[in-house]
Amino acid sequence: MSGRLARLFVRGLPLVWLVLFFLVPFAVTLKISFSSPATAQPPYLPVIDWQGGLEGWREFLEALDFQNYRMIAEDALYRDAALSSLGYAGLATAILALIGTPTAYAMARASARWQPILVALVIVPFWTSFLIRVYAWIAILKPEGLLNGALMKLGLIASPLPILDSPYGVLIGLTYAYLPFMVLPLYAVMSRLDPTLLEAAADLGAGRRRAFFTLTLPLALPGLAAGALLCFIPMVGEFIIPDLLGGSDTLMLGRVLWSEFFSNRDWPLASAVAVLLLILIVGPVVLFREAELRREEAAEGRGR
Amino acid sequence: MHAPLPPAAPLLTLERITKRFGPHTAVDGVSLDLAAGEVFCLLGPSGCGKSTLLRLVAGFEAPDAGAIRLDGADLTALPPHRRPVNMMFQSYALFPHMSVAANVGYGLKGLGLSRKQAAERIAGLMKLVRLEGFETRRPEKLSGGQRQRVALARALAREPKLLLLDEPLGALDRTLREETQGELRAIQRRLGTGFVVVTHDPEEAMALADRIGVMERGRLVQVGPARDLYERPASRFVAGLLGDVNLIEGRLGPDAPGGIRTVETALGAIRASGEGAAGAAVVVAVRPERLVVGGAEGLPGTLRGTLVEQTFLGDRIRARITMADGSVLRASAALPMAGPMPAVGAPVTVAIPADAARVLPA
Amino acid sequence: MSAFARTALTLALAFLYAPILVLVIYSFNDSKLVTVWGGFSTRWYAVLFADGPLIAAALVSLKVALLSAAIAGVLGTLAALALDRHGRFRGRGAYTGLLYAPMVMPEVITGLSLLLLFVGIGLDRGVSTIVIAHATFATGFVAVVVGARLKGLDRSLEEAAADLGASSMRVFFGITLPLIAPSVAAGFLLAFTLSLDDLVIASFVSGPGATTLPMRLYSQVRLGVNPEINAASTLMIATVGLVVLMASWLTARRGQGG
Repeated sequence: MSGRLARLFVRGLPLVWLVLFFLVPFAVTLKISFSSPATAQPPYLPVIDWQGGLEGWREFLEALDFQNYRMIAEDALYRDAALSSLGYAGLATAILALIGTPTAYAMARASARWQPILVALVIVPFWTSFLIRVYAWIAILKPEGLLNGALMKLGLIASPLPILDSPYGVLIGLTYAYLPFMVLPLYAVMSRLDPTLLEAAADLGAGRRRAFFTLTLPLALPGLAAGALLCFIPMVGEFIIPDLLGGSDTLMLGRVLWSEFFSNRDWPLASAVAVLLLILIVGPVVLFREAELRREEAAEGRGR
Repeated sequence: MHAPLPPAAPLLTLERITKRFGPHTAVDGVSLDLAAGEVFCLLGPSGCGKSTLLRLVAGFEAPDAGAIRLDGADLTALPPHRRPVNMMFQSYALFPHMSVAANVGYGLKGLGLSRKQAAERIAGLMKLVRLEGFETRRPEKLSGGQRQRVALARALAREPKLLLLDEPLGALDRTLREETQGELRAIQRRLGTGFVVVTHDPEEAMALADRIGVMERGRLVQVGPARDLYERPASRFVAGLLGDVNLIEGRLGPDAPGGIRTVETALGAIRASGEGAAGAAVVVAVRPERLVVGGAEGLPGTLRGTLVEQTFLGDRIRARITMADGSVLRASAALPMAGPMPAVGAPVTVAIPADAARVLPA
Repeated sequence: MSAFARTALTLALAFLYAPILVLVIYSFNDSKLVTVWGGFSTRWYAVLFADGPLIAAALVSLKVALLSAAIAGVLGTLAALALDRHGRFRGRGAYTGLLYAPMVMPEVITGLSLLLLFVGIGLDRGVSTIVIAHATFATGFVAVVVGARLKGLDRSLEEAAADLGASSMRVFFGITLPLIAPSVAAGFLLAFTLSLDDLVIASFVSGPGATTLPMRLYSQVRLGVNPEINAASTLMIATVGLVVLMASWLTARRGQGG
């Protein structure tokens, strides 16, 4: 096989697959969001008449049904769910940044013998079933569960705390489930930190705390940003955690989408919610890219 | 072994410092005194313990035995950030996310300087290392030589009495290295700071140091000015470390007044200076540039051999001569030469002046 | 390590493992209640192994995981090779984005959109659709694992082979592939566990007769805490633990001749 053909194959096969099974579905979803349940069957009317020219496009656009988006805009439920999703994701990500930084730092400072073991210890839960781990929290958090049982036995509370089926349950669940996603990228960056830099800082009079805040933390910022993104984006659309650990008052977009689809059998509305979710996610990603580009430019510009 | 004390009270005293890493002893009972304002080079092959010794003084390792004193104060228990000693790292260890000025000024925090004083000191240092105008640059945008100068400026910012330099010129190419050696000495003389330089390059040690300490396998085997070590090495190891040397094995003759003894070798009797018990197995060390090579007709007492190889090295010619017993002597003659150079394959005579030959333990 | 760091680390690890330990311990609890210890018993494992639908679901999951991990393994390796070897090709940024986006995309979105596609093209939903879906989001993960290994690879080995007359095909299959094989295997294992674990996407794209283990577990879990699920969980944890050990052993190995 010639070199060029081989290259095309290597690069092209994954590309074709991903375009077909990742991008195209988005286009379909977008299209469906503009229809009603009646028309949401194949061939997914209205269909563009490619031969129709401009007339064809006008007909197509007129046939688009905006009712789903109107419903989303008007019904407070969707707005609340969107805000609540962003809120939970933001708060949980912030908590994870606070917890994850010392953890990753401690891992990076561990002896060379221990580090791979620690990494494996953090990875094992990540590979263990998400569903199972969230389910375990039910047993711990429910009124007749372990936590309340222990607290009552210790005499710290009189009646069980309603942690399960509440926002606290969701927060605990999110923080727990996504901890490896924050710790691992942070650790990756921190462990790559040149130890002689820290020695130089100590040599120049910096105690441990100053060295951490002036050296380790600024240099770990890319890892922190990556971890934050890896957590925030999936969290916004999270379904399992609010479903199992949250109550009827914990509204998140993932759940809304699921119930629109499975309970109400309203595929177009679910698609519209999906589009909404996508828009919410794109924002932080764009911001992240902007910040990255600006950082690169700064390093370039200063050098001139 | 203990180095002879300079007249004034020493700046740095190392007393029987020992450091072990598991079964391996990296530094074995090293004792040393350093005078204020002295440039001292620790010279030795990799693994000899010189970098470990430096790190012990800096505080990055703790000795298993022994004490470290600076101006009389015991440093041994102090962590690195509290020692009045600063280090210039082999890799420079510049902080990548800070500008040159921020790097240089990093150590000034906590010294109680006002903003103006700190800024003045940074400016002074930039001028000292000739990097004015580079204040806002990032380390990644600097050349190797420029980074080295930032590292030096940064290490001098706190005006330490003692500066430790770990292979400071190792990463530079040859011409830059020679230039920088001169600059380094000039800066040191201006500031009067004591320097301890670790290097594996004998030429560098000889160019920089007031005194050189040769380390072998964790021990300090000889200390002294470069000339002493070069002309009167204490062992074959030291002799070979500082430059090329011919080593001729033999047996030491009886003691004689004036210190010049006779050594019986396979090449004949050679007169050399040095100590030792009569009859002891010894080695005669002669530097290639001290061998006198002549044509076939020679004075009595000269050795005979055949010139087998000649190499032109710009400022000198290096020659290999096979002797009667099959051993090879290396000679080096500066150019231009006084007389004609014998041709390859020609018989030659080799004379060894008595004051050029040194008796070393076998 | 300072005391603060050590405390932080211990707390974090305790937090991570507490629920897992709870599951494992209570899977051996004779009593049905979580707060009461009824004595050590393995009866829930017996119930588990007698649970027909659950076993069937487990088998479906294993089949799907093997197939999707195999596909993801190939696609991910190819993508990693392209990114590592093809330099700054046009559209590289978009390519990278496309490769890694499925990893972070909320599963409800990927699941729904894939289902709509399958319905649109008339593909019957079942094992095949789940396999396609899982392969799609796992590819990025494999690419990350293999890409990391490729980056650390000593190119001079391949250059030496080429210098000695090997064609690029020979170099790839004879030198490169054996060297990255452990990472490809590790990526495969990662894709495997990700597939085994997926609930949301499978729920959207599966069809009749293709119930995966998480789907089955989820329907049970909605009804409340169930010791049989504890037993199933413990087994899954043990399996994953083994897989992780295998994967880390594989990534630690530098491959033949490396």
